[in-house]
Amino acid sequence: MSEQPRMIYLDHVSKEYDGVTVLDDINLYILKKEFVTLLGPSGCGKTTTLRIIGGFEYPSTGRVLFEGKDITGMPPYKRRVNTVFQKYALFPHLNVRDNIAFGLKLKKMSRAEINKRVDKMLDLVNMSGYGKRSVDSLSGGQQQRIAIARSLVNEPEVLLLDEPLGALDLKLRKEMQLELKSMQQQLGITFLYVTHDQEEALTMSDTIVVMNAGHILQIGTPKTIYDEPANAFVANFIGESNIIRGTMVRDELVCFSGVDFPCVDSGFGENAPVDVVVRPEDIVIVGEDIGQLTGTVKSVLFKGVHYEMMIESHDFTWKVHSTTMQPAGSRVGLSIVPFNIHIMHPMKEEAR
Amino acid sequence: MKQFLKKSYLAIILIFLYVPIIVLIVQSFNSGKSRAKWEGLSLHWYQELFSNTSIMNALWVTVTVALVATVAATLLGTLAAIGIYSMKKRPQALMMTITNLPNTMPDIVTGVSLMLLYIFAKVERGYVTMVLAHITFDVPYVVLSVLPKLKQMNKHIYEAALDLGATPTYALTHVIIPECKQGIVTGALLAFTLSLDDFTISYFTTSPLVQNLSTLIYSATKLGISPVYYALSSLMFVVLLVLLLIVNHRTADNK
Repeated sequence: MSEQPRMIYLDHVSKEYDGVTVLDDINLYILKKEFVTLLGPSGCGKTTTLRIIGGFEYPSTGRVLFEGKDITGMPPYKRRVNTVFQKYALFPHLNVRDNIAFGLKLKKMSRAEINKRVDKMLDLVNMSGYGKRSVDSLSGGQQQRIAIARSLVNEPEVLLLDEPLGALDLKLRKEMQLELKSMQQQLGITFLYVTHDQEEALTMSDTIVVMNAGHILQIGTPKTIYDEPANAFVANFIGESNIIRGTMVRDELVCFSGVDFPCVDSGFGENAPVDVVVRPEDIVIVGEDIGQLTGTVKSVLFKGVHYEMMIESHDFTWKVHSTTMQPAGSRVGLSIVPFNIHIMHPMKEEAR
Repeated sequence: MKQFLKKSYLAIILIFLYVPIIVLIVQSFNSGKSRAKWEGLSLHWYQELFSNTSIMNALWVTVTVALVATVAATLLGTLAAIGIYSMKKRPQALMMTITNLPNTMPDIVTGVSLMLLYIFAKVERGYVTMVLAHITFDVPYVVLSVLPKLKQMNKHIYEAALDLGATPTYALTHVIIPECKQGIVTGALLAFTLSLDDFTISYFTTSPLVQNLSTLIYSATKLGISPVYYALSSLMFVVLLVLLLIVNHRTADNK
């Protein structure tokens, strides 16, 4: 992706409301045709970031650049970005067709051209034949499709999506995730997507930006974020994980739970305190005699694809995912291959 | 027995409320001048009503004042409601109190204070002062009908319009106002109705030379009232009843 030019650049953007800092010195660029997701818990500042790019809020300090030009104070109706709002925000007094045509009419386009484009959009979102319907008669999923069509018909350079699938049920959400991703690839538009759902972020994004408390914690591809979380917060937020305090004995050797484990990370120094992350699916259950660690199975939960077992070793309870079940109470051995041990700089205690 | 009591209680209330009006309407069709005696059905008083120039003048004043006041109050009230809606919580609460206050104040207070204001400002009382007074008491009712509609609206609708390229003015006229149209029409009907039947405030804010129907009837009663006024009052009752039914029907529909 790096050969693409920068579409949007947030240059040291901060935002305060009545003395409360909601965004603290955000630096972020978004490349052309990239699918970027802002991911974080509610109140982390992800929606504020989106609204600053949309022009609905102005930063307290810092600049917003669009294709290199400063648009910090530009009102929303002059920006070449469109937004899909959380609760759709369709116009109830207009029917489906007029909702989609709203932006085109403002561009003084001919009626024939408007009709052509609206039909094409209805087709794209699989809603052909719904043009004359009132928006109130549509289901949540259908309203969301119309909201997407209403934005995309204006051919924006960047589409901003504020938790657009939040109100839909799980099955519909999964379908829409795939559809959104294919629309983005088909149209070649930059998408900036806000969500608190880590699975959604991993499925759709080229780049994920993990945010918390007004800060960016990590920017990377879904794979990097998942496999190499920058700190314990990211590791916890993205997927399930076991996070344990450890000591980096030397390069490629880490000690935790009283055992030395070979690993693949280096550059932390010798005898340095670190946080160690191991994903539940990366712990292999072996015979008690050959495991690097030993423990007792405390509980077993059936999760559909796998079993989730809590296994207590002498100073830590490990969460383990496995397709084969060990009964509660049995003694087992645990083993972790070096590649699946992720070392992170320790987080300050209060940030956990 | 219990059922019977329940029903008769309601009946008694309705009788007390409406018997005077029914008597008035019946008397307006009495051909004789005496109220004590029924001298046969006739439209005589209605004919006289429409040939009475002072009453026709007052009717003209009443209707035009109501129309002008309604248009002005609807415009001001709608814009005020939109302004109040976009305020932050605390100033919004303050503005709502200020808006509601005139509604709860007795009409006589509003009337007398407006009269004092006009005297103080050395404005000669007449048609214009009456229109201004009517606008004053109509505005809060428009605000109160429009504001709930705005609050029902998805709060991102305005931003969505801007996002799609609408200027703030275009978004206001093509999205916000159509969205609360029902509230605006209800407010306008309410303002018109209140303006038509206002007596107290009109009485203090006009001169004896410019009379509306209610002030005219009031001055007529001093001289011993002619049955023409029964006919007039009956017609006013019917017009106001119809307007109120429309307003209530609209409010019920909105829920």
